[in-house]
Amino acid sequence: MRLISLLRLLVIVLLALPVLMVLAAWLQWNDGSADILLGMASTVLPSYVVSSLSLCFWVAIGVISMGSVSAAAVTLFDFKGRRSMEWALLLPLAMPAYVVAYAYSDFLQFSGPLQTALRAGFGWQGALWPDVRSLWGAAAVLSFALYPYVYLLVRAALVERAPQLMEAARLLGADLPRRIFRVALPLARPAIAAGMALALMETLADFGVSSYFGVTTFSTGIYKAWLVMDDRVAAAQLATFLLLLVALMLRLEQKAQARLRFASQRSMGRGTESQPLQLKGWPAALAVLLCAMPVLLGFVLPLLIMAHALWVHSQSMWIDWPKFSVWMGNSLYLGLLTAVLAVGMALSLAFSQRVHPGVWQRLSTQAVGLGYAVPGVIIVVGLLLPIGWLQQAWPQSQAGYWLTATILGLVWAYLVRFIAVALQAVQTGYTRIPISTDEASRTLGVFRTALFTRVHWPLLKRSTAAALLLVLVDVMKELPATLVLRPFNTDTLAVMAYQLARDERLGEAALPSLALVLVGLLPVMLLSRTLRKT
Amino acid sequence: MICKLGFAGFTRHTFVTLALLASLSDASLAQDAELNLYSARHYATDEALYADFTRATGIRINRVDADDAGILSRLKAEGSASPADVILLVDAARLWKGEVEGLFKPIHSKLLEKAIPEHLRARSRAEGTSWFGFSTRARVIVYDKSLVKPEDVDSYEKLALPVNKNKLCVRSGSHPYNLSLFGAMVEHLGAPATEVWLKDLVGNMARSPKGGDTDQIKAVGSGECGIALANSYYVARLLRSGAQQDQALMQRVGVIFPNQTSWGTHMNIAGGAVAQYAKHPANAQKFLEYLASPSAQSYFADGNNEWPVVKSVPITNPALQAIGGVNFKTDPLPVSFIGMNQIKVQQMLDRVGFR
Repeated sequence: MRLISLLRLLVIVLLALPVLMVLAAWLQWNDGSADILLGMASTVLPSYVVSSLSLCFWVAIGVISMGSVSAAAVTLFDFKGRRSMEWALLLPLAMPAYVVAYAYSDFLQFSGPLQTALRAGFGWQGALWPDVRSLWGAAAVLSFALYPYVYLLVRAALVERAPQLMEAARLLGADLPRRIFRVALPLARPAIAAGMALALMETLADFGVSSYFGVTTFSTGIYKAWLVMDDRVAAAQLATFLLLLVALMLRLEQKAQARLRFASQRSMGRGTESQPLQLKGWPAALAVLLCAMPVLLGFVLPLLIMAHALWVHSQSMWIDWPKFSVWMGNSLYLGLLTAVLAVGMALSLAFSQRVHPGVWQRLSTQAVGLGYAVPGVIIVVGLLLPIGWLQQAWPQSQAGYWLTATILGLVWAYLVRFIAVALQAVQTGYTRIPISTDEASRTLGVFRTALFTRVHWPLLKRSTAAALLLVLVDVMKELPATLVLRPFNTDTLAVMAYQLARDERLGEAALPSLALVLVGLLPVMLLSRTLRKT
Repeated sequence: MICKLGFAGFTRHTFVTLALLASLSDASLAQDAELNLYSARHYATDEALYADFTRATGIRINRVDADDAGILSRLKAEGSASPADVILLVDAARLWKGEVEGLFKPIHSKLLEKAIPEHLRARSRAEGTSWFGFSTRARVIVYDKSLVKPEDVDSYEKLALPVNKNKLCVRSGSHPYNLSLFGAMVEHLGAPATEVWLKDLVGNMARSPKGGDTDQIKAVGSGECGIALANSYYVARLLRSGAQQDQALMQRVGVIFPNQTSWGTHMNIAGGAVAQYAKHPANAQKFLEYLASPSAQSYFADGNNEWPVVKSVPITNPALQAIGGVNFKTDPLPVSFIGMNQIKVQQMLDRVGFR
């Protein structure tokens, strides 16, 4: 047990280190970075803050409406096509936001095929609609890519008890709107908050979409300070503000989670064999439409656009299949390895927080979770800085070599970035296990390890599976850290898709992008199987 | 007895050690036929280039592709433990930065110094030259032939003229290609005039900066913008494209190599250097010298529609010939100058609202 605590401490330190390095940047305040920060503060910083906040606002609206409406539709109601919708709604999870961004801007822009065809066909002039590459476009693309987080968590929260409770409420005479707003919504609220927190953290850390769309967010400022001004200290200082925002969000979200535990404690007990409400006719059609819309716009249409780009490209170029299998192998290997490690750590952290709910436990868990909201490049900086110092102070350690010539550095960066995803999923799972279960177990003489293996684990299996898959997909889509930290000859699908798209070769980028989507589909399919069993 | 046992132990130990050492030196011999490459280039034809080198020398190439900034920060952190031997970057300012931060090992190579013009490599010092350019690309002006008169856009300065109001499209000012051009403008016009020029460019924009260079060219081809700034190889790539819609777009697009009557068109470079802590420095130098060979030069340049730096290598690329990129005046400003102005330029961009 002592050893486990020690290991846990080591994990916390390693995972929090890159983020702490960001905070430590304030200790290195100097005139150069002060000049850069003040210069930015008096010119561009206010607009960065405004656009970051409005982007978050619109993404929050987008993911909550799409995610919770669709989750409610497939859990509270039954209609023709519900089973297919249940897994189809997960599909956008396989779609990297930057791929959606490339697809839509290519398709919808002024010079794109749709506008060109419409202008030629109808003789119209000028721009037919506002440019996709704007704040609105970025908010839409990010919402489509991120709503599955809300959907997954809300669905998990509702599927277990909502039908029974809704049935009970119906028998007590509550009408449908009242049942939705007074029974289902309170049940789902913590899950909505948790999913939204995940989506917003991704939004704040996003660079791919907003930089391609020319939306100047806070992350843009950080990148500029780091890459253009070459001042990591100023970049890290800017990142601190981002961290504060995220910490605030996490706090709000955890308050919501605490309420859920209270709620679920009272609603335990076996329900009858109650069925979701049957829908027929136009309400059923509306439900299908509501569920299909995010899938069509977030998955099917971008997929078709990329497939078309690939088709056009394959007319004139030869496609190298063996290489793709190598990229795919690398992506899967890194993803699986990280997912297993991340989930193991998350279970350990969440369990210790559950058993010893102290301030220190909570703070350390929060510190570890912060990495998710930090732009990937900042994590890379936070990881390279201390290793650089170590290498300089102690050259024989070969720390610099181990970091990049092996996958150690890369997996470390992935864990820092994505442990929050695993933690969120596992903690959400824990909120569904009432504290009284633990108390009862203790009374029956089940403690510590046995409490975990015999009581918590069987109840957490589903959340753990969700955590594994979420991390796997996230790792496979990850870009900035993979680009900078991967060892020799380890190209992944994401890296190739990005490099080709960055080089403005969308046709060539289409194949690795589509392959990434396909590989991303496998875990989504597995996930949907787990869903179906519930 | 003890002594005997000790001796026996010693010999066995020695034997094992020797065997181990032998196997290690085998391994290190195998390693000696290796070259570790960090590259910011990532073109399909580069692989043929590397394969050619391996065939000619037996040296195997291990590779990581990333962007310039990522490569530099990785090198910094790895310090003396870095496995990198050769660094290939695609922006003069970044090469300069790598040199200033001591990430490159200066080398003496008669071959490279003779083949590569002086303004396309680092300044030669007593300890050697730290980096060399291997191909060049021009920052050209593209315009809508039906809307814009070529004489209104034949220099970078003229982009700021009132006649070009609401016509200009350009990618983000913070992109290295723009930063390098604007840095060169600071050298030619001076800082205050450059800032006024940038402010006027913002005033002339048809839309706020977004997308990459190809997007700007397509925007001109489709009539959304009248004028755009782009790197020459993006123009050439669209011209060479087999896709019908690209061909249709390019019908409308004219290309100008700016400032032919003054200081010449701004050029950037793709270049390479030996890493400061290279474990295979001899192989690294061999590789750089190989890149200056005629066959590698035409591969290196043609693969991305660029110009070879070695003068004797003929320019046979039809797309470059089509845009008039065979004989034109280039800015003789040493590319190593450009890097120094980066921070200054970025702050100007922030002040004038150039995104």
